[in-house]
Amino acid sequence: MGIFDIIGPVMVGPSSSHTAGAVRIGLFCHRLLGRTPSGVVIGLHGSFAATGEGHGTPLALLAGLLGLAPDDERIPHAAELATESGLAYRFEDEDLGEVHPNSVHIHLESEEAQLDVYGSSTGGARIDIWNIDGFAISLDGEFPTLLFVYPDRSGTVAVVSAILANAAINIATMKVHRTTRGGQALMAVQLDEEPSEGVLESLRHLPHFQQVRFIPALGFGG
Amino acid sequence: MRTMKEISLERFIQKVEESGQPLSEAFLQHEITETGKPREMLWELMRTRMAVMNQALKRGLESPQRSRSGLIQGEAHRIANWAATGGSLLGGGFSKLIASAMAIAEVNACMGRIVAAPTAGSCGVLPATLFTVAGERAVSEEALIRAFLTAGGIGLVIERSASLSGAEGGCQAEVGSASAMAAGALVEMLGGPPVQVGCAVAFALGNLMGLICDPVRGLVEIPCVKRNALGEVNAVTAAEMALAGCGSVFSADAVIETMGKVGRHLPEEFRETARGGLALLPIGDGMSPDQARA
Repeated sequence: MGIFDIIGPVMVGPSSSHTAGAVRIGLFCHRLLGRTPSGVVIGLHGSFAATGEGHGTPLALLAGLLGLAPDDERIPHAAELATESGLAYRFEDEDLGEVHPNSVHIHLESEEAQLDVYGSSTGGARIDIWNIDGFAISLDGEFPTLLFVYPDRSGTVAVVSAILANAAINIATMKVHRTTRGGQALMAVQLDEEPSEGVLESLRHLPHFQQVRFIPALGFGG
Repeated sequence: MRTMKEISLERFIQKVEESGQPLSEAFLQHEITETGKPREMLWELMRTRMAVMNQALKRGLESPQRSRSGLIQGEAHRIANWAATGGSLLGGGFSKLIASAMAIAEVNACMGRIVAAPTAGSCGVLPATLFTVAGERAVSEEALIRAFLTAGGIGLVIERSASLSGAEGGCQAEVGSASAMAAGALVEMLGGPPVQVGCAVAFALGNLMGLICDPVRGLVEIPCVKRNALGEVNAVTAAEMALAGCGSVFSADAVIETMGKVGRHLPEEFRETARGGLALLPIGDGMSPDQARA
């Protein structure tokens, strides 16, 4: 926290949690896919469902899904932009249970994949992505992040960390989650710096991995 | 973990007191140490943020802002026009002050681009105060940038020792903090010594102690936009008291900590839940905002 977190961020109003945070959740999804999805079903929970419309939360989520940053003045026109970009969308109210009141479930579809992302806007435009495709995780989008989905087996963490170590990229956090022993596993690695395209290529070519995704740091705009 | 003492306003004031430097210098040094960014980069970043604030101000004054809910209907523009036709009670400067804070807060309410300072809901207070007074007093750009740095530093102290969030501490934590930031910044901008900056912070925050957050329909519109004007007028009042030499019997740090305590004692109805205060009043459903106003 510094002076420019106090005098900032630069954002489109009206609310850092209901607008700027919502853009960042959408933007996380855009970066996760590496593109604008072709279709989304967005389930709004709690305060997002109750006061989202007046705060422009649906527009903010769409804007993020289109790849717009929280300070982009096109956010109020996100619905038209989505239609122009061929992004089919539908909003629903959804009860996600005992979670943060500003939460959303986004079902993402693209030619390449279908993903379910759950996230919350936790205040001051900060976000917490707490579930991807059934894996309980916790990502705030503030680090360049790698996600791997693979069959749970020994030695996988070592292989990934060796490649990063060779490239002299420091790991900020690393967490492994799995469905059951020997089942599916998801590894989330937050990095201190962006890996080069070469490093990403060698990670993508590792055997056994079903998904290798890179999510650049979201930043706070302005 | 950082203790409150390490980040107290008093510590920053002590740091510059002997050298005779402005308080902004202590905050700038702190920022350089914490982020590793060079001074020029931080200076330029503040200039960019000020440009965004200025654009929002112009937009809100020049074109009536209307929110999606219909609760905001270009009130800032209305006040500016009224003042221009001689309606002002205390002269043009005062009307300009009020209209400016509301203009920026309305742009925020209407999905325009703003700088949270410290929050989106209170974004009008600080820029409107500093820009309006700087305009009246022909202040240099350097002094204006330094004032914003000081405001940021004060906000940092409040964030660490109390809270800047309406959901945690009520409106006193948002508009109150913005007002304290603006008051202190104003004192530095007009040449007051660091000790007077502390007094202005204590006065501004003390005056708004206990102010609840009760947003109608949960939106950042009523009473938020008008409270931005309140925070700004309060900031100018506190700064004028401090500059005239009125001393505070409490340290700024003690008032800040007390604001945090009061916030923690506020019932949940008064902390941005829209379940108390003005948020519970009927607002004339079925009437246009103009009819409801009459």
